Amino acid sequence: MRPAGKGPLDSLYFHYPHFPARHVPELDGSAARYPVVIVGAGPIGMTAALVLARYGIRSVLLDRKDTFNDGSRALCIARPSMHILERIGAVAPFLDKALGWRFGRSYYRGEQIFRLEMPHPPGEKYLPMYNLQQQYIEQYLHDAVAACGLVDMRWQSELTGIECGNDGVSLNIVSPAGDYRLDADYVLAADGARSPVRTQLGLRMKGENYEGKYVIADIRMDHDFPTERRAFFEPSGNPGGTVLIHKQPENIWRVDYQLRESESEEAALLEENIRARVGAILGDIGHTKPWELEWWSIYSANTLCLDDYRHGRVFFIGDAAHIVPIFGVRGLNNGLADADNLGWKLAAVLNGEADESLLDSYSPERRGATLDVFANATKSTRFMTPPTRGWRLAREAALSLSLKHEFPRGLANPRQMQPYTYSESPLTPYPERDAEFAGGPASGSFPPNARLADGGFLLDRAGDGMTAILFCDGSPDADQAALLAQLNNLDRRFVALLVQPAGSTASAIVDTDGEIAGLFGAQPGTFYLLRPDLHIAGRWKALVANETLETARLCLGRAMP
Amino acid sequence: MSTMPSEDFEAAYESLAMAIDSAGPERETLFLTKLALVLGHQLGDIAVFRNAIRTALEGGAE
Repeated sequence: MRPAGKGPLDSLYFHYPHFPARHVPELDGSAARYPVVIVGAGPIGMTAALVLARYGIRSVLLDRKDTFNDGSRALCIARPSMHILERIGAVAPFLDKALGWRFGRSYYRGEQIFRLEMPHPPGEKYLPMYNLQQQYIEQYLHDAVAACGLVDMRWQSELTGIECGNDGVSLNIVSPAGDYRLDADYVLAADGARSPVRTQLGLRMKGENYEGKYVIADIRMDHDFPTERRAFFEPSGNPGGTVLIHKQPENIWRVDYQLRESESEEAALLEENIRARVGAILGDIGHTKPWELEWWSIYSANTLCLDDYRHGRVFFIGDAAHIVPIFGVRGLNNGLADADNLGWKLAAVLNGEADESLLDSYSPERRGATLDVFANATKSTRFMTPPTRGWRLAREAALSLSLKHEFPRGLANPRQMQPYTYSESPLTPYPERDAEFAGGPASGSFPPNARLADGGFLLDRAGDGMTAILFCDGSPDADQAALLAQLNNLDRRFVALLVQPAGSTASAIVDTDGEIAGLFGAQPGTFYLLRPDLHIAGRWKALVANETLETARLCLGRAMP
Repeated sequence: MSTMPSEDFEAAYESLAMAIDSAGPERETLFLTKLALVLGHQLGDIAVFRNAIRTALEGGAE
């Protein structure tokens, strides 16, 4: 919602483009069949299109709106998402505009009780978190979509019917330029929390709704405070409720405040009440200068997801598949991971390189990630919006003890999003090999990054297909060389990285003081195999060629059924 | 002060919140007082117990 007298797109700082409906070939009787149709051109749909395009797969991208999202909404982009944006060639404008951060503070009755510090090892390329309004996220992704040449973007195109067959999916599309039918091999539903695709297929999400309601308001003000997450429990400006404050580019600040149980949603959303409450909260943080109201909305926490993220040839990604509480910044970030995960698998199938069964791993991997998010988010939601008297009293006790004592302070930790570990995935067949390692990243996890002697980063060297990291003293021995050659035959995108103390092989990564080997718990002969999304498919302290090959075949969709 | 692992402390926090709810508003105070006596008895150290009472009484209380 926006202040009285302003239209829904009347922003203080963002100019919304208007995208016309295009005259598409289907309106002239063309009956082309497309490999992929993506419904919903939000951040997740556009990212999916760009991941597919990276592997040469064309897609049609539909959105019923004529412009980007009308409010700020998603805000925090986590480090693993920056890697996804980098790999689809879109990260540069994000780095220019977004505000990176790694610290936070929690206050109780005005006193600081918890200092959040997100780990930032020296080898990491990106900060743990970046703040950027959703409109900019969409704009930058849309610029990349427009530049890539493989995405047929169709605005003002609404899905009104969907028919799933064994060989393909038919969609009915309504647009101001005319109505038509689209045929696709696969459909990706990226159409958000109220997904029309999900509704039309009669699928329902299951899970829990939480009681507490938050107003989220964006304001513009000159306010001198670093980019940190600030949480206020029992502040005088919002008695009985919690407040969160985040900084965004363009002097825009996000103020989230919890409503008291007795407050009605209708009254809370009235502009005069928003202004009064935000004003009181700003008084609390010492801001006495003028401020302007940009946009506001209301939010209540849910943990809901589909039982299966796949329905035949239709895949659900992002909010269409799962709705998670905002505390912990997992909505956008998990959606981006969905798009990445499905993108490389579907591209391999559509390129004729992988068996269709590779797609079976999408739902267990990403639904597993959602359930993990639910476990964490449920804990943080219970702390942010205590559901019952018992939870309220326990929180009050913990917070008041936190004023003078260290031991309860960790309860105020927001448990920010961590990338999920695919250790139980069918594509991670040898997790027991982890037992041979004293340290380093587990099978299925997202690997640590490392700064290289040339100023670049380890993960920059990974390829679009499978990537091997072989730690060795000198050149690979005969067995190692034979395995690398077999992997190279299996995957035309295969990249082998050699990490050597002396860098005796040209193009090898020089690890003079053994820092990278230490990070990976590696000794000479240790072998890591990364998937196209950089997650670790397997790791072997010393070479086990048949296991490595089998893992690669599974990830490439070549395993014998 | 003990060095309870943070996961265990978190679990203690959650068990307590749910136990207050199952005691219900009428028996809540009695439940919490009984809990304190049980813990004090299991602790077996009057000095530590009195110190815990002081910690819980000071600051931040309504």
